[in-house]
Amino acid sequence: MSAPNPRAAATEALLDTLKMPEGGCIEVARQAALARLRAMGLPQRRDEYWKFTKPDTLLTADVPSAAPFDNEEGLLFDDFDRLRIVFVDGVFDANASDDLSLEGVTFDRLEDICCTDIHWAKDIYGVLETRGQTPVQRPFAALNTAYATDGIAIHVTGKPSKPISLIYIHDSRDSDAILHHVVRVESGAEVTILENGPAAARLNECMEIDIADGGTLHHIRAQGRDPERRAVTSMFTRLGKESVFKSFTVTVNGALTRNESVIELTGDDAVAHVAGACVGDAGGDRNFHHDDTVFITHDALNCESRQVFKKVLRNGATGVFQGKILVKAGAQKTDGYQISQALLLDDDSQFLAKPELEIYADDVICSHGSTTGAIDETALFYLRSRGVPKKEATTLLTLSFLAEAVDEIDDAALAEDIRTRLENWLSRRG
Amino acid sequence: MLKIKDLRVKLEEEDKQILKGVDLEIGAGEVHAIMGPNGSGKSTLSYVLAGRGGYEVTGGTAHMDGLDLLDVEPEERAAAGLFLAFQYPVEIPGVGNMTFLRTAVNAQRKSRGEDEMSAAEFLKVVRAKAKDLKIDAEMLKRPVNVGFSGGEKKRNEILQMAMLEPKMCVLDETDSGLDVDAMKLVSEGVNALRDGKRSFLVITHYQRLLDHIKPDVVHIMADGRIIKTGGPELALEVEQNGYADLLAEVA
Repeated sequence: MSAPNPRAAATEALLDTLKMPEGGCIEVARQAALARLRAMGLPQRRDEYWKFTKPDTLLTADVPSAAPFDNEEGLLFDDFDRLRIVFVDGVFDANASDDLSLEGVTFDRLEDICCTDIHWAKDIYGVLETRGQTPVQRPFAALNTAYATDGIAIHVTGKPSKPISLIYIHDSRDSDAILHHVVRVESGAEVTILENGPAAARLNECMEIDIADGGTLHHIRAQGRDPERRAVTSMFTRLGKESVFKSFTVTVNGALTRNESVIELTGDDAVAHVAGACVGDAGGDRNFHHDDTVFITHDALNCESRQVFKKVLRNGATGVFQGKILVKAGAQKTDGYQISQALLLDDDSQFLAKPELEIYADDVICSHGSTTGAIDETALFYLRSRGVPKKEATTLLTLSFLAEAVDEIDDAALAEDIRTRLENWLSRRG
Repeated sequence: MLKIKDLRVKLEEEDKQILKGVDLEIGAGEVHAIMGPNGSGKSTLSYVLAGRGGYEVTGGTAHMDGLDLLDVEPEERAAAGLFLAFQYPVEIPGVGNMTFLRTAVNAQRKSRGEDEMSAAEFLKVVRAKAKDLKIDAEMLKRPVNVGFSGGEKKRNEILQMAMLEPKMCVLDETDSGLDVDAMKLVSEGVNALRDGKRSFLVITHYQRLLDHIKPDVVHIMADGRIIKTGGPELALEVEQNGYADLLAEVA
């Protein structure tokens, strides 16, 4: 027997504290995920994709405690008509949720899928995640597939009249949630999925999304304000012919957030946009570390992808962007765009960016850019010379910096709600 | 209205004196022009009055109706009624022109203890004033100065001036980059604001702008000082003979 290596030992130590839910048609997928996880082991700082983000606090058996944030401001989207699906500390709350019925869509809890032998989600659960494990390993996603305790399967067959809203309430200081959602958008169907709230002291969320030919999914997410919470999220999206996926995430506060998005364009003429706006303050005893890791694979003709990520960082906050566009041989007429920018409001904050392009087709347009900068003094003076006080002018310029990302939201009312929220956050600090 | 006494200014970052004792007094309702060769300090004077960073005042004073301009922030100078039309209006992507205008108007009203303008009222006023300057609705919706032509940017400056209704307007080379028609339009916009009380300081290289905006007093600036002051005829003299004679005269 060979000596146990430290990575394997750490992995086994954590796995000893977890219990895999049993039964149902996805048990095979769970077992396979566990095998994958054991093979790759949990991440370490020296791993290529974990150089900029320390995984340590995501791996401890005991959850780093996080106080639920007490804020008079209501949750985002409160004013919108939507189907509400509520999770408290990562557990579905039927009483707080709406009746799960909406024309054009069906819902099943992960728990229910575990009790049946046949379910449509079986063809997606763990399947898209597995596809997303090459060429870059994503251990937290494998861990999630194996051990997820709750989640929802959403089957969209029509065009529901209102958005589906996943609301994540954080209640306990020590909650450790593993949520796994599965979404299937059928051909010609269209839906908007909203996610918001801090979820738990520590969250591991995975969402697998399969969009059939001609399907459309709008995804808008707001990650909670609790300054001490931690989250690692993984989205795996597969797009069919002429389908559309648009995902936007706004992040405000949080000690550590790692958002991974893995997108595979498998049908011709598909469109995938993924965007993020984050504002972080690491002042006082707060931490703020935000990491966007994106991998988009073009594997079909004439597809379009956009990555637009903007970060506003202050008081020693850290932002990370690792974004890749992979254009496979034969994926001609690809139109790929990637921009990642940070606005540093002081000298203590930092932005670490790793943009990557890998192209094996010869008739494509791909562009990428990454910038780090401070507030434009000339623009600031221009505004002040018109009578706008410095603080207000700074807020206005900061919002304008974030605009390209926020503009990725198609729904004007939802975009305005998010813009207002960002403005309030900035105004509170000034 | 504006009283500048022995104003001395150097660059903050380097040891370079730009203004070497400027004296200038502009009464209410008067239009003064400052002409002068490149590098004489004309634009620096306008920037220092408005409060731009990067300059260090080494001596002298500047008062507007008794307010010590050099002692207050740029936004306070603006709220007190000072307006600088920029030579190079700044592009601000992501901020809509309308939002920008309304924020500015309301910020100034707020600081003066006045009620903010309602969105409807504001829209009505801005549309009327924009129409006079031939600024279409599309331009108002676009981000501030982004994708504007040189002429559109200058018209946009005059629109801001019209909306903010300052009492002391400083126009820094507003004619640069304008064709004849645009210059006429901009001048008409400025002239419409002349009401016998509002004062203007027009900085320009060329006499032609002063054909449209007729000054009461013309100053010639060179090497950080005002070297000669006279009536409108002084501008014509410059146009015909250049600055060389004047410079030789005072040398």
